Amino acid sequence: MSAVVERSPAARDLAPAARRGALRRLARLRWGVGAAAVMLAIVGAALLAPWVSPHDPLAVDIRHRLVPPAWMEGGTTRHLLGTDQVGRDLLARVIYGGRVSLVIGVFAVLISATLGVLGGLAAGYFGGRTDAVVMTLLNVMLSFPFVLLALAVIAVLGPSLVNMIFVLGVADWPLYARVIRAETLAIREREFITAGRALGMSHARLMFGQIFPNLVSLIVVIATLQVARVIILESFLSFLGLGIQPPTPAWGNMLGEGRVYMLNSWWIAAFPGLAIFVTTLVINLMGNALRDWLDPHMKL
Amino acid sequence: MRGYAAGQLVQLVVVVIGISMLAFAILYVVGDPVLLLLPQNAGKEEFERYRRLLGLDQPLYVQYWKFASRAVRGDFGNSWYGDVPAFGLVLQRMPPTIYLTLAGLGVALLIALPLGILAALQRHSFVDNLCTALAVAGQAMPIFWLGIMLIIVFAVRLKALPASGYGTWQHFVMPAFTLGAFLAPITMRLVRAGVIEVMNMEYIKTARAKGVGERMVVIKHAFRNACIPVITVLGLQFGQLLGGAIVTETVFAWPGVATLTVESIRNQDFPVVQAAVVLLALIIVVVNLCVDLLVGFIDPRIRVRA
Repeated sequence: MSAVVERSPAARDLAPAARRGALRRLARLRWGVGAAAVMLAIVGAALLAPWVSPHDPLAVDIRHRLVPPAWMEGGTTRHLLGTDQVGRDLLARVIYGGRVSLVIGVFAVLISATLGVLGGLAAGYFGGRTDAVVMTLLNVMLSFPFVLLALAVIAVLGPSLVNMIFVLGVADWPLYARVIRAETLAIREREFITAGRALGMSHARLMFGQIFPNLVSLIVVIATLQVARVIILESFLSFLGLGIQPPTPAWGNMLGEGRVYMLNSWWIAAFPGLAIFVTTLVINLMGNALRDWLDPHMKL
Repeated sequence: MRGYAAGQLVQLVVVVIGISMLAFAILYVVGDPVLLLLPQNAGKEEFERYRRLLGLDQPLYVQYWKFASRAVRGDFGNSWYGDVPAFGLVLQRMPPTIYLTLAGLGVALLIALPLGILAALQRHSFVDNLCTALAVAGQAMPIFWLGIMLIIVFAVRLKALPASGYGTWQHFVMPAFTLGAFLAPITMRLVRAGVIEVMNMEYIKTARAKGVGERMVVIKHAFRNACIPVITVLGLQFGQLLGGAIVTETVFAWPGVATLTVESIRNQDFPVVQAAVVLLALIIVVVNLCVDLLVGFIDPRIRVRA
């Protein structure tokens, strides 16, 4: 089975550089694996929140309000990260807050990926008028300050979990559409598509059976990175008080409430923000590792 | 060049029409202004009267036409709160937003240009890896949190800078840095990628062969050409930059358009929201057009391809 291939001198010269490249890739992948482990812990904590969480996130305890974290003077091990302005345990609220962010992140990305892929495929494959319509729509959406659009629509629809998912999902499709369209344009010219067409395949089969499989890794990478973006946006909306409403714990609204108390009790704002930062960082690392692993030449 | 510019202009008009439709849809299709304006216990007749008063009983395209024809003249109606023209209110708040955006862009470039070039010239070195790590961390940073942490450290603890407000240069420091930190990572990566690509070009070899000093090679030959993709993407990122400015403004209570818009959204003062959204979107579109033209001017290959 094995074939010994004589290396040409040129290939031997190339080898160290290539090996270094491979090492680099592996090193970055290691970051990705580490990040995935942290992400697993975050997701696990959010899923198992009722069992993992040390307290009820909504339990008010006025006598123990504004307790600092355990390692500071006046802190207790009962409340590892301290308590907020009405004595709710911050660790419990951070754990529960992850549920909202993750659910919104994942579902909004599912919506935007679906819309974006359909739009991008159609624009790239059919070209002509379809392309013009999709691209115009895309340009309009891209020239809108995304944050403002989301804010305005949520203000009209009213803040709720479903509305947030819907708005963030619909607002985010242009990014996918642009990349998918460009890729589709390139793939459409390849020989296997011409062959498929000659065999009499339908447009749908060419698009979804032939072109789409070539785009999967690209879509996975973008979608992973976009989850992080959506989480940041969601927390910003909640931070402004236009997203998830208190007392439901969400990282954004905790940060917004904590801002009022930052003069004396910095921890109320610090920990939910740290949770957002770590989650998005870990997701970005995973996305980068995925890209390197699936296709190091991917231009993203 | 003229044909290229004309094509871009036509595209601009189409996009502007699209923007006006979206702004119109925000209020009139998604929501019901009468419900927002009248108290909940208002009678059915009152609702009908208001509906007619606002022209909401007419078909959508008639309503849109009215909205658009007034909007073209800068008339978005009066603010439902202050009873002053909404557009004027937005214009008034424009300068602080522009200053903040420019300051943020300046900070971003100040961080990104040297680091990006350095990282590109010493690829895979410690400096490069450090820069990449910083960029990855920076991109994951929610800037509203960064802003709050800066306030806690520099305003609350050290009492070195004002926590919020507008007026002196001290007020600019934290907001400009926050916004700069938002834009710097992506800019740095672009500069790095651009310089790396250019350094492998034949004309760099030629310049070196001619005996041009390494510093001149980098500054005059590499950096200039690396600027093109950076300008393009920065231009495209302008919407992002404004988005970042919106976030920054709300954290530092900056008296710009974004704070006004968020206030108006809270008060459900939709004429102001529409005026702000349309104006900001227009600015983005015009900046994008300028970038396209500028790039087409710098690099003749682009306008031929288009």
